[in-house]
Amino acid sequence: MADEDVVLLDFWPSPFGMRVRIALAEKEIKYEYKEEDLRNKSDLLLKMNPIHKKIPVLIHNGKPVCESLVQVQYIDEIWPHKSPLLPTDPYQRAIARFWGDFVDKKIYGLESRKVWSTKGEEQEAAKKEFIECLKLLEGELGNKAYFGGENLGYVDVVLVPFYSWFYAYEKCGNFSIETECPKLIAWAKRCMEKDSVSKSLPDQDKIYDYVLHLKKVFGIE
Amino acid sequence: MGEVKVLGSWSSPYGLRVQWALGLKSVEYEYIDEDLLNKSQMLLKYNPVHKKIPVLVHNGKPIAESAVILEYIEETWPQQHPLLPKDPYERAMVRFWINFLDNKDKVAPFMTFFTGVGEEHKKAVNEAKELLKLYEEQVLGEKKYFGGEEIGMLDLAMGWMAYFGVIEEIVDVKILDAETFPRLHAWIQNFRAHPVIKNNLPDHDRLLQNYTEKRQRFLAYSPHTENA
Repeated sequence: MADEDVVLLDFWPSPFGMRVRIALAEKEIKYEYKEEDLRNKSDLLLKMNPIHKKIPVLIHNGKPVCESLVQVQYIDEIWPHKSPLLPTDPYQRAIARFWGDFVDKKIYGLESRKVWSTKGEEQEAAKKEFIECLKLLEGELGNKAYFGGENLGYVDVVLVPFYSWFYAYEKCGNFSIETECPKLIAWAKRCMEKDSVSKSLPDQDKIYDYVLHLKKVFGIE
Repeated sequence: MGEVKVLGSWSSPYGLRVQWALGLKSVEYEYIDEDLLNKSQMLLKYNPVHKKIPVLVHNGKPIAESAVILEYIEETWPQQHPLLPKDPYERAMVRFWINFLDNKDKVAPFMTFFTGVGEEHKKAVNEAKELLKLYEEQVLGEKKYFGGEEIGMLDLAMGWMAYFGVIEEIVDVKILDAETFPRLHAWIQNFRAHPVIKNNLPDHDRLLQNYTEKRQRFLAYSPHTENA
């Protein structure tokens, strides 16, 4: 598959984009990374994702695929031989998809943003809910090295980008995720030992600076 | 191929998707109706994370989230009535659209159409019509079904439209009309006529009664309602 044309329209702090970067790296697929300025979206982005006008957009041989969970599954189906991300057993696949959906709803959702974008009671409630959700994920991980078992799998790829945002959450929320969820942090660090992950995630200090910038832009204290 | 149970709710389109999928694949199952105001121990045991229906239980093993369940059904019973195309790109498109229409923001206008009044209702009508236009022109297009010649996974996800007419009857506003949306209208007729779907639609009179009561309650509590 040497002459595949793969382009990724992305934005460096986006955890959704990071998922796709990791998946492509795991599969050892060469691709062109195009950084988008979200205040000045390119014609290519508007043409390739006219519905949402959002990143990431995966463009494979000229055809766009949107939505990160859809993209990760697509990548897994197109390049099935290297580093399979979803298991082969249908029930195990269902478990993986369920937790992938859970991560999207509960960890990446609008409620979790309140951990850094609000203060006082609202923030405390958001923190509590956030930690509860991380604990559920810890429970699902159990004693496995990765959610995927011996190797990185679908849920690992879907969740680990958020690790780059943990520091910003901790600073803004004034709490320690490691204290509450040590197993999950151990898992994240284990993932970061892999090039496919460490090279796809930005430095957590840079994410924290970005969050501070967002707070200024939105007029949040 | 083992014992199959479905925990659902008589009028939930999410539960119906699962029942329709099993029906199309001729898989026998036991249907358990949940009272969502009084959830059973079984439901709480099988879906402790979200405590919602539908849940599919296959040989004692539970799966929750309708989109996840549909993929499982397709993979477990792949031969009969395939619900997904073979091509990975086409599959990605189906998954994209299911994800799109299940998004809270895309469901909200249709909910507000039912629960809202005044300005809020007007806005919902406009948003709903825009979404319907998108589904009609870009997603369904010239095809008989969203899945092409046969009902596919996306048709099942769009199945709520098949009995949306009852909601329109109760609210007394028509938005999914044959003139504005001829293709969707034709799709609804075809979908409802399919033997598996026909035998598995919520009872019209029960929907009418139940949802009329619900609507009255929303109107009674709405700050926008003018007092008679």
